[in-house]
Amino acid sequence: MSLLRSREALLALAILVLIGVVAARFPAFVRPANLANVFNDTSPLIILAIGQMIVILTKCIDLSVAANLALCGMVAALMNGAGVPLALILPGVILLGAVLGAVNGVLVWKLGIPSIVVTLGTMTIFRGSIFLMTGGQWVNAHQMSDAFKALPRTVLLGLPVMSWMAIALIVLFTVVLTRTALGRSFYAVGDNPHAAVYAGINVGRTQFAAFVISGALAGLAGYLWVARYAVAYVDIAGGFELDVVAACVIGGIAIAGGAGTVTGAVLGALFLGVIKNALPVVGISPFWQMAISGAAIVLAVTFNATQSRASGRIILKSAEAR
Amino acid sequence: MTRSPRILPDRLQSPAARALRSWEAILVAVAIAVFVTNSFASPYFLNAWNLSDATFNFTEKALIAFAMAMLIIAGDIDLSVASIIALASTAMGVAMAAGADTPVLVLVGIGTGLLCGVINGALVAGMGLPSIVVTIGTMSLFRGIAYIVLGDKAFTGYPASFKFFGQGYVWWVISFELALFAVMAVVYYLLLHRTSFGRAVFAIGNNATAAQFSGIRVARVRFILFLLTGVMSGIAAVCLTSRLGSTRPSIATGWELEVVTMVVLGGVSILGGSGSIPGVVLAALIMGMVTFGFGLLNVPGIVMSIFLGVLLIGVIALPRLLRRR
Repeated sequence: MSLLRSREALLALAILVLIGVVAARFPAFVRPANLANVFNDTSPLIILAIGQMIVILTKCIDLSVAANLALCGMVAALMNGAGVPLALILPGVILLGAVLGAVNGVLVWKLGIPSIVVTLGTMTIFRGSIFLMTGGQWVNAHQMSDAFKALPRTVLLGLPVMSWMAIALIVLFTVVLTRTALGRSFYAVGDNPHAAVYAGINVGRTQFAAFVISGALAGLAGYLWVARYAVAYVDIAGGFELDVVAACVIGGIAIAGGAGTVTGAVLGALFLGVIKNALPVVGISPFWQMAISGAAIVLAVTFNATQSRASGRIILKSAEAR
Repeated sequence: MTRSPRILPDRLQSPAARALRSWEAILVAVAIAVFVTNSFASPYFLNAWNLSDATFNFTEKALIAFAMAMLIIAGDIDLSVASIIALASTAMGVAMAAGADTPVLVLVGIGTGLLCGVINGALVAGMGLPSIVVTIGTMSLFRGIAYIVLGDKAFTGYPASFKFFGQGYVWWVISFELALFAVMAVVYYLLLHRTSFGRAVFAIGNNATAAQFSGIRVARVRFILFLLTGVMSGIAAVCLTSRLGSTRPSIATGWELEVVTMVVLGGVSILGGSGSIPGVVLAALIMGMVTFGFGLLNVPGIVMSIFLGVLLIGVIALPRLLRRR
């Protein structure tokens, strides 16, 4: 019974129902190859959602992830154009992403600026920097080396490398969040910052760590995105931060911090991924995608609130509940 | 988001000294500096018609910023304002295609804004959901509906009489939008600083629980604030659609950032509880003049947006950096 009540189980059920409905009319949708394709297509969203989830756990939000992804993707493409080997590009963009995340983190940690303001600002700064670097020029497929483009698509044991990376990160961060002191401190900081301080946890530094992780993951996703679509320009992944936040909210990550699991974030991302891939199959215009994501966020946040409402007598709505 | 306890100073400053050190005084100084710099940087700046043209790049955003300032002072935020513009503009396009005339178009635009505000307000104030997530959701939802209706197409061919709101002049170089901006500035100044409703807004932003205990209907005030923000976005949609003469689903993309920047630059605390309408007016003038000055110097739009991002973080970071000393 408790399994049925768990958020993750309900969401997994919803995804299965969704797939079932599509499959009832288009059986080809549930072929293993197609489902693997849907997972692969959703991998960047999964990777970013894991990072975003950790940030949200600490009562913050990172709206700059998509811009970070675009900037790191462009740098990866430019490094490739300059002849830098892939073995250096990959750690390079992950480091760059982490540094960009650290910028967000320092502003939140040292100056105590609300994360939403910081990341709204860095979002435009990161994207603008791409324009400053390139003058608005595109990097196209023929300007990228074959090895650069091939890595995410290389098939290992039946799945592309990009999918394996997502799976590896899911496992890694599940372990980090449930089995390490740092992982538990993310929850502690989000649950009750004051209690966290008394438990010897540095709240600001923990939030900083969350932003660095989110940034590093965005850097990796930047390379994967650019290599997979074989194009880099200022506006890649424009507005993708909303999908990432949507995945987290749908996945039951409490926006007030302190509650959520990697499984939830991954399922939230898969929910959106299945919808996105099913729309063209059932013949609905891709222009519906944005409204559906928005409606999903609103429904999910309403659902989260009604579920988490503590039983007992509420004498007065607390100001904290906002 | 913890607040440090307020410490009462041993000696109070004189009112004159306080006024000189206020955020508004700094803004006035910045505005004068920008004005003078611009006059030297470009020979085309000091021209009544050029300056009048320049006002168009902030009047519409400022209309929303007035309502947003009150919303942020009360401790909420609305990130869906730009999407409300897109939806309201699309609704006007649909009405126009159905043969509606100018008065109906205006009503449809403002009405759509009102409806969006009611939805946000019901979700945030009515159901007690966090405003950031709700409005990120409706931001996607409202613009998403505009995309469903329009796809990659556009509405054009608004009636000639509709052009007045974005292109008309009331007197000499005073455009309708500039006049509306001035009137709304006064209206919102009176509403925030001279009515009990305005005091309630400050009270809620400082301590919603205490406000509730003092007999303020917190949920209702917050609901009204979302409603006002929706209506102002609807009015901005009428002006913008009239000025551009067309509707695309991508209209006003990124304006939520500019509106929030304007409000924060105007000295409104992003954590709620303090701020003023004169500050927002000054911030609007400064942002408008900077944008116009950059435009005269042929700086691309995306570079201006970098500047905006730096400005947003800078104005919040600077006082905090200075206070640490």
